[in-house]
Parts: sequence; C-alpha cells; structure tokens
Amino acid sequence: MAVNTVSNPTSRVDRLYAWFDPPGRRWTAYALVLAFLVTGPLYMSNYAMVIMTNALLYVVLALGLNTVVGYAGLLDLGYAAFFAVGAYTTGILTQEFGVNFWLTIPFAVVAATCAGIIIGGPTLRLRSDYLAIVTLGFGEIVRIAARNLEITGRASGLSGIPNPSLFGWEISGPTAFYYVFAILAVIACVSSVRLLHSRLGRAWLYVRHDEDAAEAMGIDRVKVKLAAYITGAIYGSIGGVFFAVNLGSISPPSFSFQQSVLILMAVILGGMGKIPGVIVGAFIVILGPELLRDIGSLRLLVFAVILLLIMLFRPSGIWPSRRS
Amino acid sequence: MGLKLEQITLRFAGNTVLDKVDFTVADSAIASLIGPNGAGKTSLFNSITGFYRPQEGNVNFNGESLMGRKPHKVTKAGIARTFQNVRLFREMSVLENVMSGMHCRTSSGAISAILRTPGQRAEEKHILEVCEDCLDFVGIVREKDRLATNLAYGHQRLVEIARALATQPKLLLLDEPAAGLNSAEKDSLVELIQRIRDDRGISVLLIEHDMSLVMKVSEHIHVLDHGRMIAAGTAREVQSDPKVIEAYLGQDDEELAL
Repeated sequence: MAVNTVSNPTSRVDRLYAWFDPPGRRWTAYALVLAFLVTGPLYMSNYAMVIMTNALLYVVLALGLNTVVGYAGLLDLGYAAFFAVGAYTTGILTQEFGVNFWLTIPFAVVAATCAGIIIGGPTLRLRSDYLAIVTLGFGEIVRIAARNLEITGRASGLSGIPNPSLFGWEISGPTAFYYVFAILAVIACVSSVRLLHSRLGRAWLYVRHDEDAAEAMGIDRVKVKLAAYITGAIYGSIGGVFFAVNLGSISPPSFSFQQSVLILMAVILGGMGKIPGVIVGAFIVILGPELLRDIGSLRLLVFAVILLLIMLFRPSGIWPSRRS
Repeated sequence: MGLKLEQITLRFAGNTVLDKVDFTVADSAIASLIGPNGAGKTSLFNSITGFYRPQEGNVNFNGESLMGRKPHKVTKAGIARTFQNVRLFREMSVLENVMSGMHCRTSSGAISAILRTPGQRAEEKHILEVCEDCLDFVGIVREKDRLATNLAYGHQRLVEIARALATQPKLLLLDEPAAGLNSAEKDSLVELIQRIRDDRGISVLLIEHDMSLVMKVSEHIHVLDHGRMIAAGTAREVQSDPKVIEAYLGQDDEELAL
C-alpha cells in the first residue's frame, strides 16, 4: 500500500480547509450540511433524489471500506461481496421465508460477521499485493456463487422484495428512501468518528503504522485486523440490506468487481482514513458522471481524466492531513 | 521471582545465535546486558518478548512460562520493551503514541465506542490520565500534542519509554536507550532509569554500548559474546574478568568506548 505523503500545507485547498478549523465554524458547516440533507426533497426532482439516494448509499459503503483500507491499512478489492451478503440475506429472508424486513437486519449483521471472518482469517498474514488478489478472488466467488445458486435466483436474481413498513407506515417512493439513506449515512458517519477516536480505532492506526511496535505494546494484531474486516463487512452488509428493499430486486451485476473498485475509488479519492474526505469521494464518484451527462458518450472519459488529475495534484486524497 | 531464562538456544538456518543462555533479572533490579556487536543481545530481547521463538529452553517470568507466547501476551504478562531504532507511530501525536500502551490494560470494544457508553467514556478518561502521568514522569508532557516524529531525537526516545511505561510493566527492557543522546541527555537517562525502579518498582534490563552509563546505572551486568553468556556480576567484577577483556579486545576500537 502506498505511503500517504503529507500534502503541501500551504496549498490553496489546504488553506480553505484550515478555515474550518475553529469548532464554531465547523459546527456551522455540519449544521448546513444537515439542513441541506433534510430540506433536499423540497427542491430536488425525483431523478435528482434517486441519484442523491445512491450517493448516500455510497457514503455508507465508502465509510465501511475506509475502516478496512483507511484505518487498518488492509487493501480490499472485493468489498462488494459484503454488500451482496447483506442484500441477498434480506432478499432471501423476506421473499422466500416471509421474514419481516427489520428482522433481517440482525441476520445480515451475523452473515457479514461470518463473511468478514472467512475473508479476514486466512488473509491476515498476507500483505498488500497478495491481500489484493485474495480479496479480489473472494469478491468474485461471492458474485459467481450468487449467479449459480438456486436460492439467490441465479443470473436473474431476486425480484419483488416487498417495501418495509415502520409503525404501519410503508416506506416507498424516492422521498422516503432518500430519508432512509440520509439517516443511514449520518449513523455511519457518527459511528466512524466515534470508532476512530476509540481504543479500537487507535489500535487500527497503530497496526497500520507499525505492526511489530503495536504487538510490543500489547495489541493483538490478529484480533484488531479481524475487527476491522468485520466492522467494514457490517457497514457493507447494512448498505446492501437497504439497497435490496430500495430497488425491490437484486441481481449479480450489482455486486461486480467494478462496484468494489468504485467504492475503493471513493475512499482513495477522498483521502484514506479521513472521514470528510471519504464522504466527498463518495459524492464525486456518484454525482460526477451524472453532472457530466450533458456531454453525452464522452462523459466517462472526461470523468476519468478528472479523477486522474485529482490524483496527480493531490496524491494523498482531496482531504488534507492537517497536522503538525 | 523476576525473570528467569533457562538454557535458551536460538538458531537461524543452522546458525546458533543464542547458545544455552542462562540468565536472571531479580525483582526491582537494574541490570545490563552488554557484549560486542552481533553477540546476540537484541536476539535475546526478542526471545524474551516473543518476537523470536527459541528452539530450546524456557523463559520464566514471576513463575509463569512465557515460551511460545505471542509478543502482545508477553506485554500483557508485564514485560514492556523499547526498540533499538526508535519505532514510534508516524502521523500520530505523542499522547496518541503513549495511549497505545494502555490498550492491553483496557477492554472497550466497537459497540461501546459507537454508543459512547458511560463505561467507555470513563475508560477513555482513565487512559488519558495514565498516559499524561507517564509523559510527565519522563518529563515531556508539554509536548503531548505534537506529532511524535517531529520531536527531537532524544525526546522521541523518551516517548518510547513513556509508551512502554503505559503498559504498566513489572519489567522494562530498553534496547540501547542512550544511542544518539548527548551527554546531558545521558545523565538524565541514568536518573530516569533509577526513578523507574525506585518510584515505580519496575525492574529494568538494558542493552547498552555506552560503558560509562552501564557502569553507573547497573547493579548487575551480564556479558554476552557469540551467543554465550561469558560473565556476570557487578561492574567491578565484570570489568576485571579476563574473558570479558578478551571478548572486547577482539573487536574494533569503537567497542572499547570506556
């Protein structure tokens, strides 16, 4: 994994961020973002709201992957597998077994934990390149299994997943799901911040920086890395659970390698390990291609060039590491 | 009680690095391990702390066998160490570095962190108090919020010692703590090592090349050469031991830094 180079602290972007340093300004910024999230549906078209919902889903997924890649420093190229585990758990339980949607969440969490242990356990001794290959393989195994198993509906996937209801009110339509994902994204952010500033969050950073020194300080690297995989898996799985009910149908192409890469791109683009950066990264990878829709068939090419330029000028991500 | 090594033999691909080493560090003692370069001193540290796995022998600490234990379990059992080349966590503050030491003495997990339970918050507060106290003890609490790797070299070494103290050890292993320090810093290191033992009741075992420091601070000196323990005793006894003189005279002049 490439070492984060500390970005030039005098650059214009960094000075812009530094403006937000005083807590007063920062809380004002949080309040503005929250106000924007809450009032969004008032001035957004249905189409815009669907895109925003998708971006918010990516915030959850990117924050989950950030735990693995950004905090613990473990490269994961098969993150979409956890997303699939959550989506299929809910799909199968609601559709085949008629389980209430909300009751599928604990099952999805347990399934994600198992998946996290399955991928984490055998790979903990591997480093960067090897880890990348094994996780890539794991992602493909899950997708191909879903494509071929009877219970996951083979290539056509599962459809007709019922809308969930909450206290007798059915969650349906773009506005309702927009709010569901907004709440999820906020929970994911708060959890990420709290985890980072906890005993476990620090342990991830210690292990990422120097495994031996961390061990010498009494930190069990195996346990800590497994915890990172499991935490990331649970974020991905819960994202998948709500993705499944939002669309009402799921199929293997949603959990492709490309999906894993897109989530990883959000993390790297924003700046690994930096929560606001990762959120911005998630919005860029989803909104970017949409904003460029007007230029037609060239849009992905233009988007790719923009991404390359960002990485060229800010190799450690958009968000700066602003410490002295 | 204390640390007791019995017949420790460590081999790498047929090379015997440690050859039937017997060795004890009593409770509340300050002891040194000296010997020419390549004698196996750091290997001995690594064998005690679980980084290396000796093929034969036994490591006993306060009646518990530590053989085959992983490094983090050895730390939990009460042995902390520093590294020959300072190994602080980059991009983290001095305080955050020291907080790593408290990991094995605390227990909060992911769920209590996300929910910010009262227990978790109390634990975080306790971690901060202990770590600030450790930094105060080594004398660099003023620098707690700076990036650890931006500190002067001598202070980085002190961060490492504070970090080891935060694990609340009964025995502290210092691997060349005086390397790269100036003479004023060396004097305060001697004083610090004595305070670690006197105020905190922690035994100290150090590897050191600076003989005047070793002679000043240690109550007991062990001499290792080519993986064998060739002498042990007080500073005076070791200095006049013909085997020790021979081991050192066979070396470059810089090893004679008396």
